[in-house]
Order: sequence, then structure tokens, then C-alpha cells
Amino acid sequence: MKPPRTRPGDGDVVICVRGLTNRFGEQVIHDKLELDVKQGEILGVVGGSGTGKSVLMRSIIGLQTPEDGDVQVFGESMIGREDHEARNIRRRWGVLFQGGALFTTLTVAENVQVPIREYFPQIEQDLLDQIAAYKVTMTGLPPDAAPKYPSELSGGMKKRAGLARSLALDPELLFLDEPTAGLDPIGAAAFDALIHSLKETLGLTVFLITHDLDTLHAICDRVAVLADKRVVAVGTIPELLALDHPWIQEYFNGPRGRAAQDAAERELGQDPAEDLKRRRAAMESAGGDSAVRDTGA
Amino acid sequence: MNAPAAFELADNARTLRFSGTMTLAHLGTLPHRLDDLEASPERIDIAPVERMDTVGAWLVHRIARDFDIPVDGANADQAHLLEQIAAADQPLKVHPDTTPSFHHMLDQAGAAVIRAGTTLIGLVGFFGACLVTSATMLIHPRRIRWHALSRQFEVVGVDALGIIGLMSFLIGIVIAQQGAIQLRQFGAEVFTINLVGRLTLRELGVLMTAIMVAGRSGSAFAAQLGSMKLAEEVDAMRTIGVAPMEALVMPRVIAAFWMMPLLAFYSAMVGLVGGGLFCWFSLGIPPITFVSRLREVVPMTDLWQGLLKAPVFGLIIAIAGCFQGLQVEGNAEAVGLRTTAAVVQSIFLVIVLDAFFAVFFASIGWI
Repeated sequence: MKPPRTRPGDGDVVICVRGLTNRFGEQVIHDKLELDVKQGEILGVVGGSGTGKSVLMRSIIGLQTPEDGDVQVFGESMIGREDHEARNIRRRWGVLFQGGALFTTLTVAENVQVPIREYFPQIEQDLLDQIAAYKVTMTGLPPDAAPKYPSELSGGMKKRAGLARSLALDPELLFLDEPTAGLDPIGAAAFDALIHSLKETLGLTVFLITHDLDTLHAICDRVAVLADKRVVAVGTIPELLALDHPWIQEYFNGPRGRAAQDAAERELGQDPAEDLKRRRAAMESAGGDSAVRDTGA
Repeated sequence: MNAPAAFELADNARTLRFSGTMTLAHLGTLPHRLDDLEASPERIDIAPVERMDTVGAWLVHRIARDFDIPVDGANADQAHLLEQIAAADQPLKVHPDTTPSFHHMLDQAGAAVIRAGTTLIGLVGFFGACLVTSATMLIHPRRIRWHALSRQFEVVGVDALGIIGLMSFLIGIVIAQQGAIQLRQFGAEVFTINLVGRLTLRELGVLMTAIMVAGRSGSAFAAQLGSMKLAEEVDAMRTIGVAPMEALVMPRVIAAFWMMPLLAFYSAMVGLVGGGLFCWFSLGIPPITFVSRLREVVPMTDLWQGLLKAPVFGLIIAIAGCFQGLQVEGNAEAVGLRTTAAVVQSIFLVIVLDAFFAVFFASIGWI
């Protein structure tokens, strides 16, 4: 574990992918893919449908054994590791799957407690309940959500509950698979702000798969572009815009890319205090994200 | 490497001083010892704390809140974390309300009765809808989906031949073997032929086939229609103007209705072969004797009984499967539940109806 707060740009590489090759039958998904994720940054991963964004994430977290190549997380190779060896590494990351992947037979609070029970069985129920309560509040779920079962939650609430579970062990590294997909724009903006605030508070490194251009502009420190079976470019959005890769140009300079860019620029031009106030108002109306009170922008 | 989290009372028990690594992994028995704290400190000092995560911050915050005392010595990051934790500290119910077990039991019993009632009404209604649809299809034969129908004939009938054949063959052998053991005690081994012949044709052929079809096709009907309903395919069909009853349900119902008697007959025949082979090899009764004896002791009505029951069973299986499939709502879990319900219901109804048939055939003299 590491100190609760780390600033971006610390430079240490948390995830290191080298020569990753994935293949399903005849279809090659990744061909000698290379990627570094630095400590304390939010790395956005973009790419067209079917370019293997989720497969990349699954390869990194060890759910998919790649055909070739090496994946190192926290400096340790994840390939061919026995489950009990990987436990100590798994403890240090949290994963939010696309649909939340909550355990349907457990309540939201119990879902959050599962990882803690698994790794720290000595923690007493009383403290477990308190931990679940503040985690649930931190992720901006309404107070009555904790005793509910996943089937009683909306899609956005499921994602928040999934995020609360992935944060249960105070991870250093967070994997998010399309966290804002299927959320309404207000909910998506609130989720962006939430992730940004959690990153600031807890010093997280975030690996974020997304299609959402607004998310990229709002919270990502760097963006990795998946195309042609590998990562064709990594950098800040201005750096990517300077490249003349056709897909990148189409992606960021298409009508939607332009709109998101303009919105981001407008936001930059605004008085930060004003902006914070506006964000907070949007969030409160979206479901009371009290956790983002001070960090929004 | 990391000092475990610890605390001490300093300054005449006025200061509660935390030290070490205040993270989940290094807490040890700290929460427990904190609960047993008897002093009432006036301030908290966390300056010696090396590292702190949200759980550590929560413990500090909890003490500060309970005694209403200030926290000193936090660096900027820790102060920020404490602030966030304080913001997230809101009264929250963590566990769902529990009802007394007696109420819970009554509640469940009531819900089960209501569910059973609505299912029964729904099934009868669905049967009616099937009848109406088949009537319209008879009046307008162009609305029969021949392609879907022949596909279902293949899936329900032809594809089941292998497994039903194997099962019936083994059942025939088992009946002959068990019967022979018992009858040997009376020196009446030859009656094994009566047992095998009458049992397979009257009951076992059709009953085992029905159970196999319920498990194979009834469950498939429920799962297919259920996942189509989930993916809004059924709604899409309706908006295009295709009636799901005609396109989805009727081909399956008709296929099960016509395939069941054929499968039941086939099953009975394979069962007889199995029983006959056992008699030949184990009891020394040659096939020619077996067949001529069969013709003497098995009345034709036994075959009719089996063949009359089979289409009714097929109808029940298909209707229960399609009905449950179309009841699917919400999430993928419902598909599993409904599929189970379809199989349980159809097998249950088949056996209940089989009992009625037995009484009925006995009373009209087909014994």
C-alpha cells in the first residue's frame, strides 16, 4: 500500500504491457501491443468497437491469458501466475465491470463488504457496516441504497454500487470499463466528477475504458488510442490532435469530438469557483454526490 | 517494514496519539482496543501516523465525532481525507428490515398460493389463446409457418431419437432384469415378457419420453422465448405485425403435439428390444418366443393407451414451456427461474394427468 495521496506525474509505471498478443481463433485482436500506465494518472483507453479494449483490460487483470507477451502490474508479472500468488496483487486493485457485476444475492452493503471479509476476516461486523456505509455515501448513492438488492437498483446506481465495491480495499489502481455508458448526461458528468474526486482524495491510478468524449476531456490525464491491433498513440488530447492518424482525426475532430472539445474549452475559460458551484448543483440534482463537495473541478 | 497501527494516551490522558500505518492491512486489533478505550481525551494527535487510508481516517473521525474533539497534526493529504470521510458520514441503514420469522413464513405461504393461482389461470388462458390461434390458422392456412414448423419437428423429434433410444433401451433391460429376479422366486420367469411388454407400451415408453422431452425441449422453449423476450425481440415482432403466438408458440406446440406419439412409439419399441435382448441372453428365451408371447399377452389397447396419452403430454410440455418463456421479465436471472418452472410444471402435470388417464382407461375396460 502507498500513501493516501499521490500527485500525477510521479512517473512510476504501475502497469507495463509489452508485446501483448491476443487471438481468438483466426482473429488477431492484439498484435505486440505495448502500453504503460503511470502512477497517479487517469489513463483513458479509446478505440472503435471490436478493437479489444475490454480484452486488453481482461489481459491486464488476469482474466484472459494472452497468447504472447508480458503484463506487469506493480512491477510483477501477471502472466501464468497461480491464483494464490496473485492474491497480494489483486488486493491492491479494484475493478468496475461494465454492468457493475454486483452479486445479485447480496445487498449493496454486503457486496461492498465481500472483498474486506475475504482479505481481512478479523474485522468485526460493526466496523464492516460502518465502512460499507461511508463507501456507499462516498460513491454518491442515496442513503436508502445500502440495504437494497441489485435488482432494485437502476443502471446508474448499479455502477455506483460496483464502484463502491471496487473501492472497498482502498485500492491503488482502479480499472473502469465504460463507467459512463448508458448513463444520462447529468449522471455521466457526476460520475466523471466522482472519479476525479476519488482520484484526488485517494491518490488512485485509473485505467479507464470509455467511448465518452466528454469523459476524456474532463478527467483523463492521458489517452491511449487502440487501433490496428495495437496502441497507436498515447498522450494528452492536444498531443493526439497533432498526429495525423486517420482514426484519431476522425474520432476527435468528428462532429461529436468537436462538440466535446468546445465544451471542455468553455469550461476551462470559466472561473473555477463558478464552475465548481455549477458542477455541484448538477451533481446534487443528479443524486446528491456529497463526496465531491470540494474537489469537483 | 511497516509499523502496525497503534495509539497511546499522552499528556495525562488528555491526548490520544495515533502512530504507525493506519491502513486496513495494518489495523490488527486496533478497532477492538479503541472500543475498549475508557479515557475521555480532549484532542487527537495524528502527527506520528506514517500512512492512512479511508479506514484509518474513518477510525480517527469516529473518535473525534464521538468525543467531539479536534484532530491535530494532520498533513494536507490526511486533512483532505478526513474531510472527505466526514462528508461521507451520514446516518445510513445498512441491513434490510427483517420481519419476524412467523410473519415471514405466512408471507411466503401467501405469496406461493397467489403465485400458484395466477400461474394456473395464466396457463389456462394461454391454452385458450393457443386454441384460438390454431382455429385462425386452420381458417387461413397461409398463416402457418411451414419453415419454422419443420425446423421444430427436427429439433423436438429427430434430434431426440438418439438419447430417447438409449434411455428406452436401458429402461427395457432394467425392467426385464428386476422383473426376472422377483419372478424367479415363483419359477415364473416367463412372465417377464408380460411385464416388459405391457409396462413399456402402456406407461413407461410414453412417460419416460415425456420426461425427456420436457427436459430437452420444454426447457429449451422457455429459455429461447425468455431470452427473446429479454432482448425485446418479441416486442419487435409485434411492432412489425408478426403475431408471436403464430410465429413462435404455435410451431413449437404443433411440433410437440405430433412428435410426442412418434417418439413414444419409438421409445416403446426400443424398450421392447432391450427387454427382449435381456430375455434372450440372460433367461434363454429366444426372440421368436419373445415376440409370439408378446402377441399373446399384450392387448392392442395397451398400444392405443400409450399413443393417446402422448400427444396430450406433448401439448402440456409445449404450452408450459412457451407460457413460462413469455412470462420472463427483467433480467437474465428470470430466464433461469422460468426455465426451471417450465420443466417442473410440465413433468408434474404430465404425471398428474397420467394418473387420471390410468383411472379413465381402467374404467372403460382397457385393462
